[in-house]
Amino acid sequence: MDIVEELLKGNRLALSKAITAIENEYDEATEIMTKLYPHTGNAYVLGITGPPGAGKSTLTDKIAKEYRSQGKTVGIIAVDPTSPFTGGAILGDRIRMNSLTMDEGVFIRSMGTRGSLGGLSHKTADAVKAMDAFGKDVIIVETVGVGQSEVDIVKAADTTMVVLIPGMGDDIQAIKAGILEIGDLFTINKSDLPGADKLVREINMMLDLDSFMTDWRPPIQKVVANQGEGISELVGSVQTHRDYITEKGILDQRRTKRAKDEMLDILNSNLSRYIKSRIVDTGRLDSYVEQFQQHRADPYTVVGDIMSEMLR
Amino acid sequence: MSNEKIQAELAKYEANVEKAVAKFPERKYLPEKRIYTPLDVKGDEAYAEEIGFPGQYPFTRGVQPTMYRGRFWTMRMYAGFSTAKASNERYRYLIANGGTGLSCAFDLPTQIGYDSDDPISEGEVGKVGVAIDSLADMEVLFDQIDLGKVSTSMTINAPASVLLAMYIAVAEEQGVPADQLRGTIQNDILKEYAARGTYIFPPKPSMRIITNIFEYCSKNVPKWNTISISGYHIREAGSTAAQEIAFTIADGIAYVDAAIKAGMNVDDFAGRLSFFWNAHNNVLEEVAKFRASRRLWANIMKNRFHAQKPKSMMLRVHTQTAGSMLTAQQPNNNIVRVALQTAAAVMGGTQSLHTNSRDEALALPTQESVTIALRTQQIVANESGLADVIDPLAGSYYVEAMTDRIYNEAAEYIKKIDEMGGAVEAIEKGYIQKEIQDSAYKWQMDVENKRRIIVGVNEYIDENEEPPKGLLKIDASVGVEQCKKLADLKAGKPINKMTKGRDNDAVKAALAELKDACKKDESENLMPHILKAVKTYATLGEICGVMREVFGEYEAHVSL
Amino acid sequence: MDKKVRVLVAKPGLDGHDRGAKVVARALRDAGFEVVYTGLRQTPEQIAEAALQEDVNVVAMSILSGAHPHLFPKVVNLVREKGMKDVLIIGGGVIPEGDIPALKEAGVAEVFTPGTPTSDVVEFIKANVKA
Ligand code: B12
Ligand SMILES: Nc1nc2c(ncn2[C@@H]2O[C@H](COP(=O)(O)OP(=O)(O)O)[C@@H](O)[C@H]2O)c(=O)[nH]1
Ligand SMILES: [Mg+2]
Repeated sequence: MDIVEELLKGNRLALSKAITAIENEYDEATEIMTKLYPHTGNAYVLGITGPPGAGKSTLTDKIAKEYRSQGKTVGIIAVDPTSPFTGGAILGDRIRMNSLTMDEGVFIRSMGTRGSLGGLSHKTADAVKAMDAFGKDVIIVETVGVGQSEVDIVKAADTTMVVLIPGMGDDIQAIKAGILEIGDLFTINKSDLPGADKLVREINMMLDLDSFMTDWRPPIQKVVANQGEGISELVGSVQTHRDYITEKGILDQRRTKRAKDEMLDILNSNLSRYIKSRIVDTGRLDSYVEQFQQHRADPYTVVGDIMSEMLR
Repeated sequence: MSNEKIQAELAKYEANVEKAVAKFPERKYLPEKRIYTPLDVKGDEAYAEEIGFPGQYPFTRGVQPTMYRGRFWTMRMYAGFSTAKASNERYRYLIANGGTGLSCAFDLPTQIGYDSDDPISEGEVGKVGVAIDSLADMEVLFDQIDLGKVSTSMTINAPASVLLAMYIAVAEEQGVPADQLRGTIQNDILKEYAARGTYIFPPKPSMRIITNIFEYCSKNVPKWNTISISGYHIREAGSTAAQEIAFTIADGIAYVDAAIKAGMNVDDFAGRLSFFWNAHNNVLEEVAKFRASRRLWANIMKNRFHAQKPKSMMLRVHTQTAGSMLTAQQPNNNIVRVALQTAAAVMGGTQSLHTNSRDEALALPTQESVTIALRTQQIVANESGLADVIDPLAGSYYVEAMTDRIYNEAAEYIKKIDEMGGAVEAIEKGYIQKEIQDSAYKWQMDVENKRRIIVGVNEYIDENEEPPKGLLKIDASVGVEQCKKLADLKAGKPINKMTKGRDNDAVKAALAELKDACKKDESENLMPHILKAVKTYATLGEICGVMREVFGEYEAHVSL
Repeated sequence: MDKKVRVLVAKPGLDGHDRGAKVVARALRDAGFEVVYTGLRQTPEQIAEAALQEDVNVVAMSILSGAHPHLFPKVVNLVREKGMKDVLIIGGGVIPEGDIPALKEAGVAEVFTPGTPTSDVVEFIKANVKA
């Protein structure tokens, strides 16, 4: 099977295989990405982040259904934590989206973080591109949701939604620092539980103090995801934000920034792979270290030499 | 001996033992201490308040004053498979052999409110219980069984209202009025969400149906146990003994709360609540669990809900021996396990008991295996002496200490669940499921690491064991047969014992009426509408279908 | 290169026995696999489609309700029809000895019955998976 050709024709298995190749860094991954690249840039990417159990997966399910009712096709990437000890993972988001499985206009893929710490996996952005090239109109990315370090999502998404729930007590203070500045939209899920209004007030207060404030004031919306309440309004706000950033040129800025970051990332990882193959795998590193220990050389000079050797 | 003296002697003993066991590898991982002494139990002052006498608050020693000095527990064998006709034969066999109550197992489509001809039922009809599609099947299921005499327990939950209505209708046909009917419906939806899996509707409408049943029965079927609040399944899903009673009593609290909220007086329904415990392998721990659970429930009913009638405070319990402890390997060993579990249930003071068969881990039991399981109860009752004295283990330092320990552990869990907002919330959060799963995983790992020895499984393995023969097999033709009959029924042709076909217009009208009633608030009792629909021979799937349309379906909360 | 074994642990049909499936899912996670668990009451069609979207290497089904003769082969066929030729398909639960040859004939690679240590399942997957 020619994965790219089949993917572009709409073959779901090909899309699935492409994501695997990307995720596992198979040799053909670069070629796949190269060929898919020209077909990307059409999908709108919505990021959903927030603490574990906030209802991100439930919300993703309901938002996807809303987009489907508007006739849009949806891709979903749901990221769960990989155990640093065993390397294993339970990818548990899909279970909240079971009723989407038989909808041909939806494609759900679960990913483990596999060592990445920023709330996504290193390969999430490329997986998004594969879905984009496949022709999905909207791609929803659900982060791990560990709280403070969920910064990768901003790089990957056009609009970032932060989901919070009432009754988190002091947690909100802790979360505030990391998450407040990344939210384009704030969603208060589980508004059926007591304390939702209080949380709205708290976030409002924090936003008032926020020095990053542009003239986009993130809306704060109450929803009850598991009962589907407030979802169409929420999707409406995503559209409003999209219109706003499009009109103001912010979307372009974000995508430009993303292209730069991406380019640097690729360069970085290629370089480190190259260095590893030349320095580590060849045993040169070990022999340098031996010289350092005997004080016959120092790392600064050696690195300087290597750089000039390699960049010649 | 004074406490100081005991303390000193104990210290001496411990020092000696340490020396002695230094030579042997002691089984140190065991959770319990080596020995228990008077230091582990409360003094005589606590006796009246925490132990007392059988039939008296707090019922630690049993709910009736006579217990088995009056009559034995009800020997109630859970059975049901294939068609109503086949199950009816098994029931009559059990009664003929000294079974003293019936217990109906339904197949999964029935338990989840689907007809046998629903595409989703394919491959499941009659497999793990009897298939009931309409009143016409129920008539056959209880053919030649006098519903005025027998007490019948039905393991049915989400569609409990429908099966109860069918039972009332069959009784009526037999000329037995509803107020003479004795039996139990399980009707415990919360543990379905947490541990058993045959839920249909979300919590809110489910709780409404349950309180509707409480109310209807308190007026019309007063001798019926309207719910069997079940720890059995929670334990089988992997919980510990303390978790079993904690989560179940927390569910019980939620039901009582719901009924009170619906405007009922606690003493009007609490006496009809019943419980369902597991009898596991660790005999003494199980006895302590039964005793702790009675004390805990009595305390809660009295102090939290201010019940006045002693009956409202009694935790009456049906018990089933732990199927999950029975092995596929060397299945005859299971007979011994079941005997020990039976001993636990009896010393624990159960009101009725099902004993599992030796082929538990292989298939539904054959008649021969069921007979051995029933005989096991009869042997324990008549030959072992265990049923001769009430609460025979009271006063054992170990059993009393463990009764306290389990009581406290369970009370601690209940407190935590209260703080979460009650059992419904705790289930919605996945908390209870997670606790159960953690225990289940720990058990599995303990077995795999041989911290727990299971004879025939991880030790004393018989390498040359032959695959068992003569297991019960359910013919795939059951589904075909059931669907054919259902097609006839729906086409207005008489089936089974019906004298004339059903009137499809009447069915439609009854279903429409039921639908309207569902849409109203909980003060509209659904039972009369369901009873009416059942009598038109509307099918279970049709009735639950209407309810599904109004109430929606539950989405499970899984977290691993 | 990081080739992770991905497993779909699935509960086909109406069966609610999930203790075994959950224990197995956790054990597979602890063995370093990526595990997607479907939850209860999945149709064969849903299972096959989830397997496709997740590009799993293994589909692991659990049935204790006796519906395996009907449901296991159905899942195998649907998975193969979707072009997933290499996916290892295994099953477990209360499955009578006598039914196992037919299930294997239908394409279930191995069937694990009560009392199986989860480590056996892990070993089997490691030995037979095509990743
Ligand atoms: C526990 C249990 C229950 C619990 C389930 C709790 C839960 N959440 O899982 C409760 C009490 C709720 C229950 C209820 C019922 N049960 Co039940 N139950 C059992 C019991 C006693 C043990 C099963 C178990 O969990 N064992 C422990 C786990 C860890 O082991 P396991 O599931 O076998 O899994 C191991 C292997 O089989 C294998 N494995 C299993 N799945 C998989 C999957 C894969 C991919 C792999 C690789 C391996 C694998 O690996 C695991 C580790 O060793 C069995 C009998 C028995 N001893 O096996 C009956 C049994 C399965 N139940 C039975 C029945 C009939 C029912 C009911 C349908 C009764 C009724 N009519 O209402 C109900 C309905 C349940 C429902 N919703 O479907 C029958 C099924 C008969 C049949 N198949 O012919 C059995 C066999 C008992 C019997 N002989 O009558 N049950
Ligand atoms: N009460 C309430 N519970 C909800 C709501 N939305 C989701 N949940 C529940 O919250 C739990 C966690 O949801 P999940 O989507 O898995 O959260 P995630 O970890 O953020 O992806 C599940 O049990 C949901 O059913 C809601 O609006 N109200
Ligand atoms: Mg999630």
